[in-house]
Amino acid sequence: MPDVPVTLTPKAPIENRERLTPQAARTAVRAAGVALLDERRQLTLAELAELADVPDSAVPTLAALAHEVRLEWCGDTVEVEGILSAKTGGCPEDCHFCSQSAKFESPVQAMPFLDTADVLAAARETAALGATEFCIVLAIRGPDERTMDRICELVPLVQQEVGLNVAVSAGIVTEAQAKRFAEVGVHRYNHNLETAESFFENVVTTHTWAERFDTCQLVRDQGMELCCGVLLGMGESVDQRIELIGQLRAVEPAEVPLNFLNPRPGTPFAGLPLTEPLEAIRWISLFRLGLPSVILRYAGGREVTLRELQALGLTSGINALIVGNYLTTLGRSPEEDLQMLSDLQMPIGALSKAI
Amino acid sequence: MSDAYCRWCGTALAEHPDIQCRRELDPPRFCPECGRRLRVKVHTAGYEAACRDHGPLLD
Repeated sequence: MPDVPVTLTPKAPIENRERLTPQAARTAVRAAGVALLDERRQLTLAELAELADVPDSAVPTLAALAHEVRLEWCGDTVEVEGILSAKTGGCPEDCHFCSQSAKFESPVQAMPFLDTADVLAAARETAALGATEFCIVLAIRGPDERTMDRICELVPLVQQEVGLNVAVSAGIVTEAQAKRFAEVGVHRYNHNLETAESFFENVVTTHTWAERFDTCQLVRDQGMELCCGVLLGMGESVDQRIELIGQLRAVEPAEVPLNFLNPRPGTPFAGLPLTEPLEAIRWISLFRLGLPSVILRYAGGREVTLRELQALGLTSGINALIVGNYLTTLGRSPEEDLQMLSDLQMPIGALSKAI
Repeated sequence: MSDAYCRWCGTALAEHPDIQCRRELDPPRFCPECGRRLRVKVHTAGYEAACRDHGPLLD
């Protein structure tokens, strides 16, 4: 077999939106800087929508402001996290981007819950890379009693044995389950909104956006930090991405992992194009400008989407990353990421929400 | 022994279309000996893949 990557070069359909003139873009970026840095107020969604239309040539200027906002609101520390798919595949949900749904013919073979020894070994690998956070992820709609017991046994064990903050991603939870996770010391609970409410039915039909929103609320009600991610590049419009930023504000996440669609074989979204690298930088910048105090984490799809622009994301508002492999796909080598952070002179450490 | 099946799509190599179906950051998903789906454990610093019939996949 050829030992080379597939060339994934279909162009993303560009929405026919009128771009700002260079002069209007400069004015809009300057005004955003005054708001976020001098007045220290959030931008309105209308202001964000205007910034979304700066011309490609002004994206680095937009990114420079996003970087300044990140430094001012969050500091220069970068949070490094490792994630582990502790229960893979066979999921009853039909999230159209996901290779772990049992509804699609995917190459990913379902696997039962990993042994405790496997989970601890993965946590130790994560700690050895200087990470402070370790997320145990399960491909399920929500946890049953047996799964609750396993997770609640693992969380304090990983904390004590490895000394990492432990996050969990186990789907839709009830109030009682959220309470139990908080009691065993779950530091952050991950539950993604994925996309705007108005686009959600194009992505998932087995549960509603409102169910996701409710779980996000329960997590915060129980005093856990909410990690609430998004996935860009599924065909949502510019307006829907702005809508999503507004909806994220409503759930007040401590962390927002920013995923870019990496089209998976066998899924309904297998044929969608990758987001263009400069377009990805535009949206990293806009998410930072829209959510100035959150931990904005590089997550899935960054390697294939950004390619040579990965370091640029760290000066466009990103202040956290997933190191090493993802759930069913591999990442670039951790050494490359650590070298990148060292070259950028950004210290590694734990973060919590600025305000 | 050379592969009989594509590790990334599971097609018999004798019938494999003339396209590169390996993606750089995907672990192997099919047994090169029998074409069945592999049990793959992905973790931070590596992965292990094994076939129910042919055991661990060695490079």
